[in-house]
Amino acid sequence: MVFDLTEEQRMIQDTAREFARKEVLPKAAELDENSRFPEELIRQMAELGFMGIAVPEEYGGAGMDNVCYAIAMEEISRACASTGVIMSVNNSLACDPILKFGSEEIKREYLVPMASGKTLGCFGLTEPGAGSDAGSQKTTAVRDGDFYVVNGTKNFITNAPQADTCVLFTMTDKAKSHKGITAFVVDMKWKGISLGKHEKKMGIKASATSSIVFEDVRVPAKNRLGNDGDGFKVAMHTLDGGRVGIAAQAIGIARASFEDALAYSKDRKQFGQAICEFQAIQWMLADIATEIDAARLLTWRAAWMKDRKMRHSKESSMAKLYASEVAMRAAVKGVQIHGGYGYIKEYPAERHFRDAKITEIYEGTSEIQRLVISAALLKG
Amino acid sequence: MDFRLTDEQRQVEEMVRGLSRREFAPRAAQVDEESRYPAENHRLLAELGLLGMLYPATFGGSEAGPVSYAIALREVAGGCASTGVGMAVTNMTGEAIFRFGTDAQRRRHLPMLSGGKGAGAFALTEPGAGSDAGGLSTFARENGDGFILDGSKNFITNGEHACVTIVMALTQKSPRRVSAFLVEPGTKGFSVGKRERKMGIKGSDTVSLSFEECRVPKSSMLGAPGDGLKIALSTLDGGRIGIASQAIGIARSALSAATEYAKDRRQFGQPIGEFQAIQWKLADAATELDAAQLLAFRAACLKERGVPYSKEASMAKLFATEAGNRASHAAVQVLGGYGYIREYPVERHLRDIRVTTIYEGTSEIQRLVISRALCG
Repeated sequence: MVFDLTEEQRMIQDTAREFARKEVLPKAAELDENSRFPEELIRQMAELGFMGIAVPEEYGGAGMDNVCYAIAMEEISRACASTGVIMSVNNSLACDPILKFGSEEIKREYLVPMASGKTLGCFGLTEPGAGSDAGSQKTTAVRDGDFYVVNGTKNFITNAPQADTCVLFTMTDKAKSHKGITAFVVDMKWKGISLGKHEKKMGIKASATSSIVFEDVRVPAKNRLGNDGDGFKVAMHTLDGGRVGIAAQAIGIARASFEDALAYSKDRKQFGQAICEFQAIQWMLADIATEIDAARLLTWRAAWMKDRKMRHSKESSMAKLYASEVAMRAAVKGVQIHGGYGYIKEYPAERHFRDAKITEIYEGTSEIQRLVISAALLKG
Repeated sequence: MDFRLTDEQRQVEEMVRGLSRREFAPRAAQVDEESRYPAENHRLLAELGLLGMLYPATFGGSEAGPVSYAIALREVAGGCASTGVGMAVTNMTGEAIFRFGTDAQRRRHLPMLSGGKGAGAFALTEPGAGSDAGGLSTFARENGDGFILDGSKNFITNGEHACVTIVMALTQKSPRRVSAFLVEPGTKGFSVGKRERKMGIKGSDTVSLSFEECRVPKSSMLGAPGDGLKIALSTLDGGRIGIASQAIGIARSALSAATEYAKDRRQFGQPIGEFQAIQWKLADAATELDAAQLLAFRAACLKERGVPYSKEASMAKLFATEAGNRASHAAVQVLGGYGYIREYPVERHLRDIRVTTIYEGTSEIQRLVISRALCG
C-alpha cells in the first residue's frame, strides 16, 4: 500500500494549486456576486489541459489519470466551487461517456475539441419529472431513417447556456422502462434546440444552470452512444466517474471552509487570547481536518479503482456521500468559527456554506448514494 | 498511490481471519460471560508470531511491519476484542523495549513476549494521572546500584499476566523528570492489586499495581534517565494505530451481523433490509468504516517508512473509534430487541468498543494532538 502521490500527480497538484491561488481565488467573490460565467478562467484551464485531464492525448486530453483529475478538481474548487463544477461536468459527464461509448468518428468530431477545451460540454439527463428516478425519462427519440427525432425538456442542466455539445438521454422504448433509454451526442446549435429557464441559485452562482427544450430535433443515428437501450448503462457508468469529481469538488470546498476558519481563529482575539486557544474552537478544527483527510482517502481510492478499470460504483458513492456531507459540516463550522463575520459577504465563509450545499444534491443526492451503497452491502 | 495490500499483507489477513473465526469468535461470548482471561488465545497468537510483529527474528519477533500488524489486530479483535487488546499491548510493550532497550534488555524480554510466556504491560496511568499523564507521582529514588520505586498505577491492561511491565516513574521532582523501568513479576515490593470489573473487554485483565520499597537494578531502566515521557508518547503513537484497528475489527463484526440480520428478519411482509430506515444505517456505517480503515492504513504506512505520523495516528484513532462506536450502536438498533440480548453478539460489540474512545488517549486528547499540529 502506498499513499504517496506519483511525480505526475504531485506536478498537477502544484500547477493547479498555483493557478487556483493566483488566478481563480481573487475572482471568486466577484463571480459569485455577479453570477458571472468565468469564461477567461475556462480558457486558461483549457491551456493547462484541465478540461480533459483523464482523456488520452490522441483525443485532445491531457492523458493523465483519474487521481490527477481528483487532485486538480480539489484545488480549483478550493478557490471557486463554480469553476470547479464547470470543469467537472466537462471532464466527467461530457468527455468520459464519449470516450467510453462513442465511435471513432464521434470521438474525433466531438471529444477532441471538448477535451482540449475548445468547446464545452453538458449532460442532459435530469428532467422536471425525472430527478433521482432518472429512469423515468419523458424526452423521446423516434427513429426516422438515418436519424432520430427528439422531443422533450431537460432541466437543471449545468453549463447548458455556454455548452457546444450535450450528452443527451432519451426514451426510445417506453415499454422497456429504463432499458428503453438511449444516449446521443448532440450539437447545441442544431435546429429545434433552445434554452429555457435560467435558474437563480443559492450557490455555485458562476456556473450557469438552465433547462433545454428539444423540438423535433433531428439527430443522426451515428451520434448514438452505444446501442438502443444502452442509455441507462451509459448514465450510470458516467455518474460513477462524475461522483469522484463531485467528491473532489466537495473536498475543495471543505478545505476552503477549514483553511479560512483556521486562519481567522489564529488572528481573532477574544477574552484576551486567540480563539484557536479555546478547546471549543480546537475541537471543531480537529474534527473538520480529520474528516477532510478521510474524505480525500475515500475519493482517491475510488479514482484509483477507476484508473484500474475496477468496478467502483460503491466506492464512488461512498466518496461522494461522505465528502459532500463533510463539505456541509465544514461549512457550518466555518461560519460558526467566524461568528458574525461568517454571515457577512466581506468574508468567504458564507459563500462556502452556500456552495457546499449543492454537493449533497447533484450527481445523485446523498439518499441515492446510500441506496447504491446499501444495495451493494445487502447483495453480498 | 496504490491501495492494494502486498502479497504478504494479504497472507497475514487470510491467516489471521481464519484463526480468529475458527478459534477466537466461538469462545468470545463465554470469555465475556465469565470475565475469563483467554490464555489459550494468547498461546495461539504466539504460535503464529502475532505477539512480536514489530521487531526482528533475532529477538524472537516476526517483523511483519505496522501495516500487517494493523491488519492482524483488526482480524483478531473482530473475533474477540479482549484478545485483541491483549495482543495490542503485548506488541506495543515489545516494540518499546526493542526501540529503546539495550541489547541485554532485548535478549531478556523480547523472546518471552513474542513466545507468549506472558503478556506485556505498560504502566503509565495513575489514579491522579489519566489524560494528564505527565502528572504522575510514582517515584523512583536512586539508591546504590539501583532504584527504589514507590507509588501506584491503575487501569493497567495485562497487568496480571505480564512477564514484563514498563513502569513510568519520576526520577527527579524539580524539574520533573520521568524515567521508564522494566519490572518483572516476583520483584519484591511489586504487587498486583484489584482487578477492575468492566463494561466490556471483560476477558482482558485490568488491574492496579503497587510499588512499596520496590527495588530494581539500574540495568532495568529503559532508555536514558528522563526519557520516560518521550518513550511513552512515541509508543502511544503506534498504539493508537493499534486501537484504531481494534475498533475497526469490532465494528466490522457488528456491521456484518447487522447486515445478515437485515437480510433474514422479516417485518411488514419483507426483509427489513428493504426498508430505507435500515439501509441508511448500513450505508453510513460501511462508508465511515472504510474511511477509518484508510486513515489507519495511512498512519501505518507513514510509520513503516519511518516518517513522523503522530497527527495521522491521532486522526485514525479518533475517527475509527468514534465511527466504530456509531456503527456498533446502529447495529444494536438494527437487531432491535435481539440486539440487546446476549444470544446475539452485537450487544457485546457495543460494550467492547466503548472503551476504544477512552484508552490510549481519549478522543479529547486526540483532538488536542490534532489541533496543536494544525494551529502550530
